[in-house]
Amino acid sequence: MADSLNPSTCPQPRSELLDRTFLEHRAKLLDLAAFLDRCERCETGNEGHDDLRLAAMQGAMKLLIDDQPQRAKRVLEWLSDDSTDLLDHAPGKGATGAPLSPK
Amino acid sequence: MAYIDPHIHMVSRTTDDYQRMAMAGCVAVTEPAFWAGFDRSSPQGFYDYFVQLTEIEPKRAAAFGIAHHAWVCINPKEAEDPGFAREVVELLPEFLDKPNVLGIGEIGLNKNSKNEMSILEAQIALAVQHDRLILVHTPHLEDKLKGTRLILDALRRNGHINPERVLIDHVEEHTVGEVLDQGYWAGMTLYPDSKCTPARAVDIVECYGSERLWINSAGDWGHSDPLSVPKCMAEMRMRGHPPELIHRLTFSNPQTFLAQSGKFVV
Repeated sequence: MADSLNPSTCPQPRSELLDRTFLEHRAKLLDLAAFLDRCERCETGNEGHDDLRLAAMQGAMKLLIDDQPQRAKRVLEWLSDDSTDLLDHAPGKGATGAPLSPK
Repeated sequence: MAYIDPHIHMVSRTTDDYQRMAMAGCVAVTEPAFWAGFDRSSPQGFYDYFVQLTEIEPKRAAAFGIAHHAWVCINPKEAEDPGFAREVVELLPEFLDKPNVLGIGEIGLNKNSKNEMSILEAQIALAVQHDRLILVHTPHLEDKLKGTRLILDALRRNGHINPERVLIDHVEEHTVGEVLDQGYWAGMTLYPDSKCTPARAVDIVECYGSERLWINSAGDWGHSDPLSVPKCMAEMRMRGHPPELIHRLTFSNPQTFLAQSGKFVV
């Protein structure tokens, strides 16, 4: 049951939330658009790996406008490695942000 | 409002950060043992690091009125050489008895390899043997969901774990549900680009409630913000959440979990 310590909604009215944060997220949307434009202008190279990350991003973006709930969760799941087995050896230390196999 | 940052790597921050944190209301931090950005060349390197965590850093924090506690372990990024890692694990009991060491952490997985898992299991067993709290690091980015599930399986396989004494850190929207459903504590790390944001952390509280949840900055040598906890508190206030919820998330929840160590003083 919802109470002050376990809210089930955002208590701020939507109009106020938009007044406060719309411009911030408009800027983030523009950053994303400009990034995609920039990628197209770049000299090509290492297409295989680059394309998988861009393809993953483009797939994730479709989830933003499919009118289904839990977009953040679904985007993170989309950008996750689906395998379940332990690797024989760690291939380095870092992560790339997108699974290396196409979905 | 006083707050606790229960996961921050102050060895990699300057005293300017301590000063700013104190001014923002921070009264206590806990600092897990982590990867310094390079692989230490010997177990002695880890020994020296543990001395820094347990003897030097608390004095630096105290100068700003901040209580400092530590966790010790070998982190998952340096667990790929299991022979070396086991030498480090053998050093841990000496430090677990220190008055300001809360438990074993941050253990976990990084790339979800077999070697990482063997060392994770060894440190889980050590925590059980010594009846210590556990703080878990879940992997980054695309590895997080798989790694979180592997970690939960490892904890279950041990057979002696009390979920209420384990904090699974760095949860995000796709992992928090499973962690909470299995009875563990969940930490939301407010770290630019690769983990959660203050706004998303508040979203998670709105979706899951505040029970067994905390927030932390995990500020370290990378691009990070040691004031991200008070920034999240500000976001909660701006949305209209009550002070008692903010206090629960940023003070009483960490205090409740950490007090189980018998050593957490704030």
